[in-house]
Amino acid sequence: MGKEPVRIKERDSQVRSGDFEEVVLGFSEEQALEEASRCIQCKDPKCVTGCPVGIDIKTFIGQITRKDYDGAYATIRAKSNFPSICGRVCPAEYQCRKACVFTKKNEPFASEKAINIHFLERFVGDHGARQGGRLAGPARSAGTPQQKVAVIGSGPAGLCCAGELAREGVRVVIFEALHKTGGVLRYGIPPFRLPRTILDAEIDQLQNLGVEIRTNTIVGKAKLIEELFAEGFSAVFLGLGAGTPSFLNIPGENLCNVYSANEFLTRVNLMSAHTFPQNHTPINVGEHIVVIGGGNTAMDAARVAIRLQKMRGIRLDTTISYRRTEVEMPARRLEIEHAKEEGVKFEFLVKPEAFTGDEKGFLKKLRSSRCALGEPDASGRRRPVVIPGSSFEVPCDTAIVAVGLGANKVLTSATPGLLTDKYGDVIVDSQTMETSIKGVFAGGDIVGGEGTVIEAMGMAKKAAAAILRYLARQAV
Amino acid sequence: MKITQKTVLVETQGVRIVRMSIVAPDIARKARAGQFVVLMVREEGERFPLTVASTDLQAGTLDVIAQEAGTSTRLLGAMEPGQSLYSIVGPLGHATEIRNYGKVVLVGGGVGIAEIYPVARAMKEAGNHVTTIIGARNKDLLILAKELGAASHELVVMSDDGSCGRQGFVTEALKELLVKTPPDLVYAVGPVPMMRAVAGVTGPFGVKTLLSLNPIMVDGTGMCGGCRVTVGGEVKFSCVDGPEFEASQVDWNELMMRNRTYVEQEQHMCRLHSMGSR
Repeated sequence: MGKEPVRIKERDSQVRSGDFEEVVLGFSEEQALEEASRCIQCKDPKCVTGCPVGIDIKTFIGQITRKDYDGAYATIRAKSNFPSICGRVCPAEYQCRKACVFTKKNEPFASEKAINIHFLERFVGDHGARQGGRLAGPARSAGTPQQKVAVIGSGPAGLCCAGELAREGVRVVIFEALHKTGGVLRYGIPPFRLPRTILDAEIDQLQNLGVEIRTNTIVGKAKLIEELFAEGFSAVFLGLGAGTPSFLNIPGENLCNVYSANEFLTRVNLMSAHTFPQNHTPINVGEHIVVIGGGNTAMDAARVAIRLQKMRGIRLDTTISYRRTEVEMPARRLEIEHAKEEGVKFEFLVKPEAFTGDEKGFLKKLRSSRCALGEPDASGRRRPVVIPGSSFEVPCDTAIVAVGLGANKVLTSATPGLLTDKYGDVIVDSQTMETSIKGVFAGGDIVGGEGTVIEAMGMAKKAAAAILRYLARQAV
Repeated sequence: MKITQKTVLVETQGVRIVRMSIVAPDIARKARAGQFVVLMVREEGERFPLTVASTDLQAGTLDVIAQEAGTSTRLLGAMEPGQSLYSIVGPLGHATEIRNYGKVVLVGGGVGIAEIYPVARAMKEAGNHVTTIIGARNKDLLILAKELGAASHELVVMSDDGSCGRQGFVTEALKELLVKTPPDLVYAVGPVPMMRAVAGVTGPFGVKTLLSLNPIMVDGTGMCGGCRVTVGGEVKFSCVDGPEFEASQVDWNELMMRNRTYVEQEQHMCRLHSMGSR
């Protein structure tokens, strides 16, 4: 297998860790051509099976090699609405790249040799974005009935569903509870991973398709689902996300400066707390920051935290504390690498046990125990087992808890007849994504819990297709 | 989100309390006593919660009452009719459970008086005998006395200096009532020390006591967990599980400490503000 993977351009770790500008700079045309030429165009491409939305990866990479970038964009867009976003945030090493023929068997994630499919997708997506929507194609307006669909939530699932429907000539209104659109793409994912220009451009494109967005509107409170139907909406899509942070339930967790990752990231990403006092939302940045968790949210929180330390002239000391080892970390490998390069430290096989504070209630220390890996658990990963007597204490004046998210129940509890499971997630028909209420569909993290952006989009596409069939039936 | 009316209720002794009518028809239609909105005055501002004091369905407006205690409330107080807020969302939190309890005592301190006002009206409408106790440092700082007089069967006014009503704290009047004829429900809103004192007074009488808590919030929709409070040994999100909780169960020390998380930043903003450089 001749050629080496093309190394993508990234900003210098010492420079980038002092700001919120994008870290990965993307492929140049030459680099994209070189990387695309590494693809051996398998007769039976496995990469496609690794993609939650089934992008025809082989074809679009072939189109890149022929410099048919418009064609490549069309190929991706046939399956994914937001290639510029997915090319940046997809955990490709667990998906398409893991399925790539260049990945060695039985690896936990893609080998380095696997084609950098996500970077190629990003290259193509950004090419398309530069064409200002020219390639996205107009809405198919002629002859379609003007039926209205309400989309609740403007995160990945909601945006994707709205786009799918709008392109088919359906009138879509997105209702968003926050004052800005994007959901987790804005409040969760930091700008150095997903620049706001990219996100805004994708949302602008939706609005160009005629999608109306109503921010500051919380469905379940200001409006109920039944009222949306009464107002003339023919169907509703719930893209509510997984909006409720989980905590560790250990002593001292409510001390000042113990944050959920959601709160920490929201204060910075959505409310721009890093620019305080220009923006008025404050955030406390300590001298010893510990982030608890091993997923992408933990990586994002740690990388935001170390940036804040640098921007405020605090000696860098941010540590990710994870109860398993690096191999079991669910985070994208790239984020782990980036975090390390930027100075984030890692403590593996550590289980937090208690936070302690000063007399004013501010966090000062974190006590944890060491763990060893035991038998595999339900997830197939080896379970961390506490080593008795291994308890130790570290100075810690800011802690960020990034141990997962659950369902937000504001809407579901206000909607009689909407069935949820024991986690509070909405129960759907797996074929149509329709909920227990006729005409109400759902997708994304509110169905089946936390997943990835592309998985949410996959569900949203499925739901959109079912909504179109539903609307057609309603129209006759 | 446009402001249609502004009334300065108090402006003396360094205290300024304003009442604003804001156009928000969808929220106004749904808002019930006890619920709140989260608003942003400007794009660069904070998201902060305020209780809905009243609504006018005809005008499609809701009223909030704020004491100018920090940057955000000061910015709100500087707004004039005709100007628009950057953002307002609601109604958030659970509404007060309004039913005929029998005899209800409402206790309000400071700007918390604004928050008991809609509850008083709703409780009276539901057929309760409503006694309202309100208090302030002195007569010039007392708000809504007239409105609450109309919304209650009995109104007891307390002041620290005796310049209006009786001299003393609201808890003293509450205790007298409890001794005389214990009510079926006590509902109190005010500064944390006042609510804590109310909890201490009603506790021995075993009277059901609800308090509306005021922790720091960001989104107000259950997404950030910043407003978590410990109630009965369990962690609750005040925005979606509250804001009302059973008084005897609240961990007051924790609430008071958490409310001081950003006290330094707030002082910093105040200094900037006083230098006129914001």
